[in-house]
Amino acid sequence: MIAKCLVWAGALSPAAWLAYRAWTGDLGANPIEEIQLATGWWGLTFLVCTLAVTPIRRFTRWKRVVRLRRLVGLFAFFYVTLHFLNYLVLDQFFAWEYIAEDILERPFITIGFAAWLILLSLASTSTTGWIRRLGGRWRQLHSLIYIAAVLGALHFTWKVKADTREPLVFAVVLAVLLASRVPDLRRRRGSRKPA
Amino acid sequence: MLIKKRLPEDVRSSELTPETAYLSRRRFVDRAARFTAAATLSPSVLAACDVLPGQDSLADGAGPMPDAPGLSPQEAQDFSSARSELGEPLTPYRDVTQYNNFYEFGSGKKDPARNAGTLTTTPWTISVEGEVAKPAEYDLNDFVAPHKLEDRIYRLRCVEAWSMVIPWRGFPLADLIRRVQPTSRARFVEFTTLHRPAEMIGQRRRVLDWPYVEGLRLDEAMNPLALLCTGVYGRDLPNQNGAPLRLVVPWKYGFKSIKSIVRMRFVSEMPSSAWMISAPREYGFFANVNPNVDHPRWSQARERRIGKFRRQPTLMFNGYADQVASMYTDMDLRRYF
Repeated sequence: MIAKCLVWAGALSPAAWLAYRAWTGDLGANPIEEIQLATGWWGLTFLVCTLAVTPIRRFTRWKRVVRLRRLVGLFAFFYVTLHFLNYLVLDQFFAWEYIAEDILERPFITIGFAAWLILLSLASTSTTGWIRRLGGRWRQLHSLIYIAAVLGALHFTWKVKADTREPLVFAVVLAVLLASRVPDLRRRRGSRKPA
Repeated sequence: MLIKKRLPEDVRSSELTPETAYLSRRRFVDRAARFTAAATLSPSVLAACDVLPGQDSLADGAGPMPDAPGLSPQEAQDFSSARSELGEPLTPYRDVTQYNNFYEFGSGKKDPARNAGTLTTTPWTISVEGEVAKPAEYDLNDFVAPHKLEDRIYRLRCVEAWSMVIPWRGFPLADLIRRVQPTSRARFVEFTTLHRPAEMIGQRRRVLDWPYVEGLRLDEAMNPLALLCTGVYGRDLPNQNGAPLRLVVPWKYGFKSIKSIVRMRFVSEMPSSAWMISAPREYGFFANVNPNVDHPRWSQARERRIGKFRRQPTLMFNGYADQVASMYTDMDLRRYF
């Protein structure tokens, strides 16, 4: 319970800080761009945190960390949604023809949008009811988070003009987290074979 | 048949400013204290870069007081009421000097303002090399001294689709070129930025192929709009804006306006710029502002003027088509982007 409260507090503080800076006019010369960068960064960070839950459980004695996974994942969706809405409303101001052109013709925006769609489907099936209803398929559906995270990291790398250091840090962390799954996958596949 | 050869220093009659325009300019200039401009500018250039003659700029609604440090109340008043030839108010000094792309000091927009304090700009030498009659190394003061500094208000359109309106102080690049006398083999000018990783922390990593290089075709460099700048908002350039000497080519994307210049080389072959080397598919040599040719990753049709909420349409050649379009009439601008 305490852990959940801490997640709530920790996950909302970047949004609160951003809102405070917006309120006090501290977002610099191009506030819309600043919001775009910050929400994207936090969305990707929470996505990585969600993927870190399982390795943390494996390598520490903190088994109940898994109970926080859904909440952290929903916050990833929260920030990515803010990122998308900021683009849609503040940046483009509903200029649908430009938005459509961006999504259809510019691959870096296409993959960002695809990642948001994936997260949308995961967030909307994250309730206990949906978990029960989908049964085994729920697990399959929710493994799409790996794809969303890879698309997110790619979206970030592609976006920067030349200095790819920060996006590469995300890519490396993501690669490590994905690699930590490999033994798990092997084991599962191995156990299936004898049948 | 007698063919009169026009020497570069000859002034065409069309370049003379009508007296009325001159007088109304004088009025503005007097009130604007150091807000001076060369009276020999052609009317079209005058119209393109400053308050239109006859338009009483001080009477229309004044914008917010500029926040540049050390301005007299009179100067502050003048800058707040100054407009571009399209009636656009100036971007506040704070934004002009706190929101910069100058990768030598980091790739974040706030990095240059934070990190450029370390740059030593005195002494500063500029070498003029290559196809010129008088190759030489100049001390900055000797380089600038023969020229009369003028203030010009230009739009700056970044390739990232944001823009500003900035009062620069400088002198026409064409004047400098006439002074150093390029040979007949010179077809391009290549500019190079200082390379000093000890003071420019962004150069300690190979984000770009340092030193930063840019270039212009000689006719572009001779265009009266091309300006070598030493100041902004009536003061010397802050380091983050390219002190002590930078180029301003207002009809091209901002990255062409190279900062902290140490070398000008006149060459016969088209030079490769730092951004062309970094991403040849995305950044071309010409880099003219063009709403019809998109960047591969984003649209160039619109831009966000810093300080404004809604995006606005981007103008062909950034609104300077009358002065520059004739240089590109036979060119496929989609191919030569």
